[in-house]
Amino acid sequence: MPTRQVYLEELAKLKSDVIKMGSLLEDSLGEVIAALENLDAPKAERIIREDDRIDEMERLIEDECINLIAKQQPVATDLRQIASVMRIISDIERMADHCSDIAEFIIRISGENLPLPEHIRDMVNDSTDMVSLVIEAYVREDLSKADQVLNEDKTVDQYAKDITDELLIAMKHNPDKIRSYTDYIMIINHLERLADHCTNIAQWVRFIVTGELSI
Amino acid sequence: MEEKTRPDPAAEPKFRIKDLDLYYGDFQALKKVNMDIPSGEITAFIGPSGCGKSTFLKTLNRMNDLVDGARAEGTVLLDGRNIFNDMDVISLRQRVGMVFQQPNPFPMSIYDNIAYGPRIHGIKKRSRLDAIVEESLRKAAIWDEVKDRLKKSALGVSGGQQQRICIARALAVEPDVILMDEPTSALDPISTLKIEDLAVELKKKYSILIVTHNMQQASRISDRTAFFLLGEVIEYGNTKDMFNNPKNKKTEEYITGRFG
Repeated sequence: MPTRQVYLEELAKLKSDVIKMGSLLEDSLGEVIAALENLDAPKAERIIREDDRIDEMERLIEDECINLIAKQQPVATDLRQIASVMRIISDIERMADHCSDIAEFIIRISGENLPLPEHIRDMVNDSTDMVSLVIEAYVREDLSKADQVLNEDKTVDQYAKDITDELLIAMKHNPDKIRSYTDYIMIINHLERLADHCTNIAQWVRFIVTGELSI
Repeated sequence: MEEKTRPDPAAEPKFRIKDLDLYYGDFQALKKVNMDIPSGEITAFIGPSGCGKSTFLKTLNRMNDLVDGARAEGTVLLDGRNIFNDMDVISLRQRVGMVFQQPNPFPMSIYDNIAYGPRIHGIKKRSRLDAIVEESLRKAAIWDEVKDRLKKSALGVSGGQQQRICIARALAVEPDVILMDEPTSALDPISTLKIEDLAVELKKKYSILIVTHNMQQASRISDRTAFFLLGEVIEYGNTKDMFNNPKNKKTEEYITGRFG
């Protein structure tokens, strides 16, 4: 039996719980894509309800981290792992909040029968890919995947800018729909922020692997 | 007693160890140890039992001279002077004091314990000895606890107090360096923390070298840490770096408990 068996099991459980929390977020994002596609209000309401589960996971994992620190006095990679998890789960929780906020805007727009802005699907898909990629980077402690996430963020930022410009032009042509277009702009902003949280996690993965802190 | 000024850590190292090998008969206990140990800092030595850390500590004031068949090769410079060739062992041990795992006060009064070293070094005058005893006990943060029982046996106080009396005894001969060999392993947590606070206070005026099995202790109080394994120094560096991001995989395995 290796030394510190219980400790190693607790560390492994921590990691698997973070992965579970990440999968819940991926599910929510999948629902966001579907809800946005059809401006589906009931689906959007489900996303909002789902947010509670992610909040609960955050509390649970935070508790595990504090217990590990108090009971096991982790150092070196273990300490970096646990300190990073405490930040990563807060990023995941914030991303889930963004999904929830996006869902609220979807509910507001749902009765309006407005066409989806061009490229918004691409932006949501890219953001979802970033989430999957960064969770994979965390699981495998893979720096090249973490770097890919940082690059992807630039694409998402560019989408945010382009789609916002497109929506501003649309507002000029349809002043009576300004409120709905503004809601779309809010959705874009939330997606853009969501991608930023992915880059935070990518930086934490870098910290776990190298010990260099660039956040 | 004259106040010493705090040494400048950027100056020459207190100890400069070059290619130090130590043998007990045929067994090589230390292998090519190279290390600069600065003044005014706490340097901790960690590693599993039998790794050579205590042997290394004892070499620095030639306690190993007492061990049959012990033989050192290489150089250990204390302020530039070779402790094996250029110094007699009495003056070396005056400058390099030692505190052991088990508190070992002499079976005599607290006062006589502290005055023992100064008396050996020829100080006879009562008022001078009084001053040394008080100052040493104050420096060891035990004066207030024992000032009313100086004439009573040093064996009659608690283990933690005995250990601080032993530290006071080491300080009484005005050393530059204090070697501590697992100084808290026989003490309860509160006494341990008092010794740790004391070590941090004392490093302002003395170089403290501590062997400890308690890695949290090394990380709490030391400025530098050296990790020993099978007689070799595997890694030596700033304590913060060693415990956050050790460079060597073996260090990482040891400090995270994956060793063995």
